[in-house]
Amino acid sequence: MTQDRLIRHVLKPLLWLLCLAPLAGLGWLAYTGGLTANPIEFLNRYLGEWALKFLLIALTVTPLRSLTGWAGIIRFRRLLGLFAFFYVVLYLSSYIGLDQFFNWGDIWLDIVKRTYITVGMVGAVILAALAATSTKGMIKRLGGKNWNRLHKLVYVAGAAGCLHFFMMRKGVQLEPIMYAGFLVFLYLVRFADYLKKRRRKGKVGTAPAA
Amino acid sequence: MLIKIAKASDVKSSEITPKSLFDGRRNFLKTAAIAGVGFAAGSIAPPSFAMTGHGKQIDGIQPSKWTQESLGEALTDYPAVTTYNNFYEFGTGKQDPSSYATDFKPKPWSVVIDGEVDNPGTYSYEDLVSPHQLEDRVYRFRCVEAWSMVIPWVGVPLADMIKRFGPKNDARYVAFETLNDPERMPGQRSRVLDWPYREGLRMDEAMNPLSLMAVGIYGEELPSQNGAPIRLVTPWKYGFKSIKSIVRITLTKEQPATSWNMAGPGEYGFYSNVNPSKSHPRWSQAKERRIGEFLKRPTLPFNGYGEEVAALYDGMDLNEFY
Repeated sequence: MTQDRLIRHVLKPLLWLLCLAPLAGLGWLAYTGGLTANPIEFLNRYLGEWALKFLLIALTVTPLRSLTGWAGIIRFRRLLGLFAFFYVVLYLSSYIGLDQFFNWGDIWLDIVKRTYITVGMVGAVILAALAATSTKGMIKRLGGKNWNRLHKLVYVAGAAGCLHFFMMRKGVQLEPIMYAGFLVFLYLVRFADYLKKRRRKGKVGTAPAA
Repeated sequence: MLIKIAKASDVKSSEITPKSLFDGRRNFLKTAAIAGVGFAAGSIAPPSFAMTGHGKQIDGIQPSKWTQESLGEALTDYPAVTTYNNFYEFGTGKQDPSSYATDFKPKPWSVVIDGEVDNPGTYSYEDLVSPHQLEDRVYRFRCVEAWSMVIPWVGVPLADMIKRFGPKNDARYVAFETLNDPERMPGQRSRVLDWPYREGLRMDEAMNPLSLMAVGIYGEELPSQNGAPIRLVTPWKYGFKSIKSIVRITLTKEQPATSWNMAGPGEYGFYSNVNPSKSHPRWSQAKERRIGEFLKRPTLPFNGYGEEVAALYDGMDLNEFY
């Protein structure tokens, strides 16, 4: 089997299933009564944490390529990024539809007044723009250079997601710090990669591979 | 002459549920739970028929004027009260306390009483509690995270306890401390907060009849995840003021440092009275989700206990002293 067919017919379908596993897990928790005494809050946090996990996983693809040298891995990046956005949409929906029950006035006040929600929304808006421009047609329409530039915003979205999580938790909690630490690690790998490339090409101003 | 002025939350003596009936309900529920129809009973019975647990019954509890009937709101189910907890000493997840406090042995227990008192010393749990009459008290419980419950506590008025310590005239505050023992409280192995957990009240707040030292819920001994064996309950303040598993009570001249205020002074004030008009950086406090309900309900000033406590803060700007 060629690598292309392996990716297309085996690995990608497998990845789809893996990406949907958190929803199956949620179904199982609901079935076994594991949604706590406050299921709305639990659902919201569960979806939010998976959105951030998928965003970090998507951001791991490029560094993993430079660390392993396997170029084929890049073909999973869009799928993972879109699943991150999928969970962001579910997360936002649970906030709007369940937690706030479509109280748009209160939602607007939350966005304006509560910094961690403002930060989270910035991340969500960025991911929406990236998801909307993720098709081949959009890459063509924007041109590779512009598209690359736009999609650099994913770094901002990653930082916004981690900051949102850290600010939401009370006290100094380990979990959000671990997420942020992992993000910093990913960015450092990219930066080292960028420096290496720049040295090799011997010229200034080359952007890193997104 | 003693003139009794009735308050809105007062209940006529005729409305107090006779203990026999109260016990009868409990027995009914126990039977229902044993029969395995607890869930069905909980869903078809009137709201007051919430499930009870399997803890140790406390004997000799007297009713108080704070009953479920006088409050007029449904009790939160026992499983919810005992599995949805903020008790960072056992972990930061809501279900961590009920998962990780199972091995916690609350007794034997002792409490150090010191500071501006005539009778300082180390009191055993029994010395501390047994001279007092235990009461059933149904209070609203409002967490700063904008969720709330209605909980039937068993306890002793804090004022009665403090009187026994012989407070000196210059005692102006009461400081409380939670047990600090990472061996027994695994959540303390990470420094989420600057352990031990600390809370405090102004003397007049502590002496207010609402302030309760709780040793039980639902007529049973306090489960570990709810702050066994003895905790504070101040229902007009956000839940974090109601410090759990207390090992030290100190009467002080100066306002004591309190844990959440130390962690985030801009978010959590010393007073932390429930105040729907004082918006919190994380949560609008205008509304709350009562556990078990879908739509949020409006939050009441002082959590609905304004008649009892608002006078404590006459002349204070509660937006400044939050």
